Amino acid sequence: MKLLECPVNGVRPLSEFTYGGEYRDMPDPDTCSDKEWAAYVHYRAGAPGLKKEWWYHGPSGTWFIAERNTLTDKVSRTYIAGQEESK
Amino acid sequence: MPLGLLKYGLSKEHPAPRFFRDCTQPKKSYDAVIIGGGGHGLAAAYYLAKDYGITNVAVLEKGYIGGGNTGRNTTIVRSNYLTPEGVNFYDASVKMYEDLSEELDLNLFYSTRGHYTLAHTESAMRTMRWRAEVNKHVGVESRVVAPDEISQACPQLDIQCSGQAPIMGALYHAPGSVARHDAVAWGYAKEADRMGVEIFQMTEVTGIDVKSGKVVGVNTSKGYIETNRVLSAVAGFTPRITEMVDVETPIVIHPLQACVSEPMKPWLDTILVSGSLHVYVSQSSRGELVMGSSLDPYEMHSTRSSLDFVEGLTSHIVDMFPFLSNVKVVRQWAGMADLTPDFAPVMGKTPVDGFYLDAGWGTWGFKATPISGKTMAETIARDVAPDMIQPFRLSRFEDYELTGEKGAASVGH
Repeated sequence: MKLLECPVNGVRPLSEFTYGGEYRDMPDPDTCSDKEWAAYVHYRAGAPGLKKEWWYHGPSGTWFIAERNTLTDKVSRTYIAGQEESK
Repeated sequence: MPLGLLKYGLSKEHPAPRFFRDCTQPKKSYDAVIIGGGGHGLAAAYYLAKDYGITNVAVLEKGYIGGGNTGRNTTIVRSNYLTPEGVNFYDASVKMYEDLSEELDLNLFYSTRGHYTLAHTESAMRTMRWRAEVNKHVGVESRVVAPDEISQACPQLDIQCSGQAPIMGALYHAPGSVARHDAVAWGYAKEADRMGVEIFQMTEVTGIDVKSGKVVGVNTSKGYIETNRVLSAVAGFTPRITEMVDVETPIVIHPLQACVSEPMKPWLDTILVSGSLHVYVSQSSRGELVMGSSLDPYEMHSTRSSLDFVEGLTSHIVDMFPFLSNVKVVRQWAGMADLTPDFAPVMGKTPVDGFYLDAGWGTWGFKATPISGKTMAETIARDVAPDMIQPFRLSRFEDYELTGEKGAASVGH
């Protein structure tokens, strides 16, 4: 069984978690061009590597960030968004 | 062919014929370079040579031919999709497949079985009716059938699915088929090679040389090759190739797993699919049940397979066929599926001159092998993508003109 560490509840089975996609900064919709917005909506950094991702722990309703290598599937750390330093 | 076979049979020597030459060192330059020696890349090479006389072509494969997703899919060929663009495209592919054994002079074990997409809910039934009507409109043989007709076609199926998800009906697609997937790659390789195409195995592309927006060459593990035209047909490796030329795409990679059971006497002569139970199953010509499921739930560039997958898939298989509970799974594997947000492929030209893309094949690539090879060959030869693949162009995302293809195997409704 694969495991993942929830920053609130500790190590739990992966089946309790849902993947939420890569963490991405949203461009300002008022100032960015249509092309930039389309790129934000559709395009993804698909190449393998270390990525910041959204994950969700279902039983406790916790959204958090995991830093995971998409080539090796190794998670280097997890933390609540915005609380990166305290961890 | 029969005469050749007779001669071979009466001969005292039985040399195993090579399918293609053993090329080791690429030349200095080629008219076109195809990255990826899977079905799609080899088919493109074949049609470039056959339809356009372009034979000074190198196919570069970093492993061995047909060792990627061409050899990892569950070999289903069908055209009962949802959008008219998709149905037209896949129908052209099915028609090419029907004559392909003859054309490639190789038995592809192409076997028309009939294909049932089971519906367990009202909303799934609605989608089946929708797909049937679109299919009929485009001229593809599909219709909605009631549970008793499914039972007749496959008496072994528990129509109640152990009471968990009773079957309410199905979309029946008579042309649905299976084929021997390795043979498709070998057949195209053999015929492309015969016309002069050079196939390099164990040859990895490490970079693509672009000067003022145009492709001028590729760097490989066997040296630099000059060329103005490069086709990327690498499925799960697409983001690594597009990164080399700074082309942005929506493609993300998720593993897709499959497995086979131990061989049994033939009992399942149709192909059964259930979007709700995330199952597709057919029986191969050597008796194994070939079973596939939905995508792994998160991005990963790996072909490892998992116990979770077999447990999940087989529990649904046993819901459908309770008598299989003692049958063993003997082999499982994974492929890297290159997914797009609209479940349609990405084909044609890109912002880089001379760099062509045949990607975004997710869970639906094998069935499109002949038609994608043919249309990509036309795109490379004329530098214009044919109308048939315009709905799949890369720029559709910037234009917000997506092709919502919900007929893909992994999509539940």
